[in-house]
Amino acid sequence: MVSNMQRHFEQELDSLKTNLIKMGSIAEESVRLSIKALLNKDNSLALRVIDNEERINSLEIEIDNAIVDILALQQPVAIDLRLILAAQKINNDLERIGDHAVNIAESVESILKAKEELELISLPKMAELAEKMLRNSLDSFIHNDPKLSMAVLKDDDTIDDLNRDVFRRVVDRMKDNQRTIETGMGLIRISRNLERIADLSTNIAEEVIFIAQARIVKHGAGDK
Amino acid sequence: MRIQSTKIKAENLNLFYGDKQALRNINLVIPAYKVTALIGPSGCGKSTFIRTLNRMNDLIDNVRIEGSVVIDGTDIYKKGIDVVELRKKIGMIFQKSNPFPKSIYDNVAYGPRINGLRDKKVLDQIVEQSLRHAAIWDEVKDDLKKSGLALSGGQQQRLCIARALAVQPEILLMDEPASALDPIATAKIEELIYELKKNYTIVIVTHNMQQAARVSDFTAFFYLGEIIEYDETKRIFTTPKEKRTEDYVTGRFG
Repeated sequence: MVSNMQRHFEQELDSLKTNLIKMGSIAEESVRLSIKALLNKDNSLALRVIDNEERINSLEIEIDNAIVDILALQQPVAIDLRLILAAQKINNDLERIGDHAVNIAESVESILKAKEELELISLPKMAELAEKMLRNSLDSFIHNDPKLSMAVLKDDDTIDDLNRDVFRRVVDRMKDNQRTIETGMGLIRISRNLERIADLSTNIAEEVIFIAQARIVKHGAGDK
Repeated sequence: MRIQSTKIKAENLNLFYGDKQALRNINLVIPAYKVTALIGPSGCGKSTFIRTLNRMNDLIDNVRIEGSVVIDGTDIYKKGIDVVELRKKIGMIFQKSNPFPKSIYDNVAYGPRINGLRDKKVLDQIVEQSLRHAAIWDEVKDDLKKSGLALSGGQQQRLCIARALAVQPEILLMDEPASALDPIATAKIEELIYELKKNYTIVIVTHNMQQAARVSDFTAFFYLGEIIEYDETKRIFTTPKEKRTEDYVTGRFG
């Protein structure tokens, strides 16, 4: 019965969303593993992050192709169009989050090889917050919840503060003891990558607001 | 372009209305259980071509055809072909729906009855199945005695599809099936076509390119009686090989 059938176009949109959510959960796992590798001093976890990269990259290509097809063949409008446009950006954001998780994993590898240890300062707190922002941005996409997206945007300021804090204090340590430079550089790189992950999560949150409300809130525009 | 199994093959097909050549050297393979769309500007030959597939052009004076149309291995223009049998195998749906001035039931039962079927139980079954496959059963099942003409435009078109399905064709030809319908009725027809291709080979002529993009697996672009390009629909609408195809689908001409 035609009226009970899900339109085949809607099936394609669902399949696209499912792939994005899958990609999001692999990216989340990568971020979590990369930080756990640092906290537990466990290099094997870092290697799993690098494995996840391949899965993320091939999903990115699959999603890119699906988006081209949907745009060319189905002429989506209104909320469907906003979803497709947002999906393309979220696709790119998730792939880059995967890259940053790999960067963290590689920095962990080099830190574990270095001679001198350094305390992690506010890195664990920063990691926890970045993971939370990523998880919330993806949940806001899954549940179409712009309120949750707004909460993610608010957390970004805290991340920036923590990033600056880590940088200052690690630099101080490196000045005091040159043997800690390798480790210190690793920690600064990790902090920077976490800051990027948080920033990309806010991008995702902004896209969700765009889908739900057709508002573009980038660069503080939502404050006007 | 991958075609798994061929249903219809047009080979070196040329058609003349008197002195005027309407089809030029058409070579086209239509795959089984897929939807093939024929697009092109007015007068390009797409409707003429689709009518060669069930020899509807025979009914027009002064038509001369050269070349062959092979369906399941048989050239339908060969001498001795039973055109009536051919047209049973190939259902046709027109732009303007044309239900008979009879009840819904009798519209659908007409074909089987003409073929000699009298058993009421079997007829009832065929009518119900056909109306179900045309996605209109639930809307009409409570009053099959209602006149076919009393239905809405979109419903009439689906009734015509049910009527075509009742004689168990293998191929459905549709000439602009939705161009007289509103957007909702059009969407229903398109979704129906998507379901029907599981069981039938479908060829659809449409001047609505977006419809061809939404509904078909393969698309042939006709222009001035020739096929300019034929490929998977995906390719035609993302990276067509011919500039003329690209100009047409982007709306730059025609």
